[in-house]
Amino acid sequence: MSTTSNSITPDLNKLPFKTRIRPYLIVAPALIITIGIMIPFIMAIFLSLTNYSFRRPTFSFIAFQNWSRILSSREFWHALWVTIQYAFFSTLVEMVLGVCIAMLLNSLNNWFSKFLRVALIFPLMIAPITATIVWQLMLNSSVGIVEKFLNIFGVFNFPWAAAPSTAMLTVVMIDMWVNTSFVMLLVLAGLQSLPKSPFESAKIDGGSAWFNFVNLTLPMLKPSLYIALLFRLMSALQEYAIIFGLTKGGPGDTLMNLSLTSYQTGFKFQRIGQSLPYILVLWIIVFFTAKFIVKKQRAAQRQAAGLES
Amino acid sequence: MNKGSKRLLTITQNGLLFIYAIFALFPLIWMVLLSIKSDTQMYTTTFNFTPTLSNYTEVLLKTDYFKYLLDSLIVAGGAVIISVIAGVPAAYALARYDFKKKEDIAFQILSFKFAPEILVVLPLFMIYQTLGLYDSYFGLIWVYQLISMPLLIWVVRGYFEDISVEIEHAAQVDGYSWYQIFFKMLLPLIKPGLVSAALLAFIFAWNTFTFPLLLAGSKIQPITVAITKFLGTDTAHYGQLAVAATVSALPAIIFALCIQKHLVRGLSFGAVKG
Repeated sequence: MSTTSNSITPDLNKLPFKTRIRPYLIVAPALIITIGIMIPFIMAIFLSLTNYSFRRPTFSFIAFQNWSRILSSREFWHALWVTIQYAFFSTLVEMVLGVCIAMLLNSLNNWFSKFLRVALIFPLMIAPITATIVWQLMLNSSVGIVEKFLNIFGVFNFPWAAAPSTAMLTVVMIDMWVNTSFVMLLVLAGLQSLPKSPFESAKIDGGSAWFNFVNLTLPMLKPSLYIALLFRLMSALQEYAIIFGLTKGGPGDTLMNLSLTSYQTGFKFQRIGQSLPYILVLWIIVFFTAKFIVKKQRAAQRQAAGLES
Repeated sequence: MNKGSKRLLTITQNGLLFIYAIFALFPLIWMVLLSIKSDTQMYTTTFNFTPTLSNYTEVLLKTDYFKYLLDSLIVAGGAVIISVIAGVPAAYALARYDFKKKEDIAFQILSFKFAPEILVVLPLFMIYQTLGLYDSYFGLIWVYQLISMPLLIWVVRGYFEDISVEIEHAAQVDGYSWYQIFFKMLLPLIKPGLVSAALLAFIFAWNTFTFPLLLAGSKIQPITVAITKFLGTDTAHYGQLAVAATVSALPAIIFALCIQKHLVRGLSFGAVKG
């Protein structure tokens, strides 16, 4: 994404001051509007070191008491574990399924695959909270269609979100329903922009389909795959709407991830100071995971560029 | 590969796609079916019923449904307009000028997209209470910038980069001012990209749940928050809930169909050029 060859002002130091600050002035409004919203972030770090609560008129500085209490609590480690499980399973399933569907769509060129290329974007465009409500209706044991479907196979009263053992499966399934199309769209675009010539020479060399996939398709697809992974993992780590809509974190605390635990401590129990370490830890995880994936993506992009030539 | 096994492969591929298509599309069909089913037939049948529009009249005429839609429209629309006004020039600067910290600024803007929403909302809730922005259109439009601004800047920046800088130089030589070049030449050139980025930002803002849930109260209720009330208050009226879901999903789906060609590029913030 380098633009050096495309720029208007190549040498910075020889230009008059007015020209030099112009780009900053143009960017400023956008930055100020968004930075204004990020003041809370600085505040969050400070408040996490206090005993601030909506219930008390004053608050005092208590250094790392919140942090040490939360890092040694069971809630925190449970929430962290739920967050990681949810992010891992939903991202894994969506990536694998998304790649498979994209490969299928790419290899077929009939009316059905053309129709699906359009229709499969619908789940992605519906609000996740709406999707969750629709799934709740489908899984409902009195009017739900899924119950009737499972009855055919002799399965009765499958508990779905109501039982701790199947609640994670249920939210991951809904997340998968909403977001698999995202991976599918990115991979399909990647597949369709693959250059033809490496595959033609591979054909002459007589490589098997599997050999071509591992040594040509996959490396050249990697940049798109990393982008899909980045976006999916980032939002799965922070998922709020789907879990909140389905069970509000229940049954019990089965689905209380870091976002929900932080929300509950802050808004329901009104202990702001104590609610912030949860979400700050989440932010640190998100930040470093994103940095790592972006680095990988750039390396993959360079490798793919080498293969194409 | 001989003809028979190739045929078998095609049939398997179509079959697998068909199974996934049922999983992906049936919930939507089911949602529409429920919305035209009367309460009395809700429990007795699945597909054999007499369609009725009573749920629609009930929801659209006898509840505040249009007010919720209007709230969503004002907040999401307002957010996109502000993002376009402030974001398009920023995108241009990030695409065309070379200046210190340029990539840092661009990544700073992108990082807003990845900031945990609850992290922003908790302190913001307190600030909004003191400033009187809680439960106001302006407050929501402001916080929605975290959704629409990064998307708009990153996608539009890519479209500006696609235009050769030579065209601009040629126009400068012909004596056109910077403003003329920008508004008469560059904007029309990126218009399809800009419109699709704006529509996608609108869809995301329309669909967002956490921000309006926690930063708006009784006065302003975008549809995503209001719809949960159809679930809570009267659990027997599944048909009405289905109507609320169907109608609220329509704008997003219609817009998505309009921007199909630019969708991948928008969704990946310009990283994958579909």
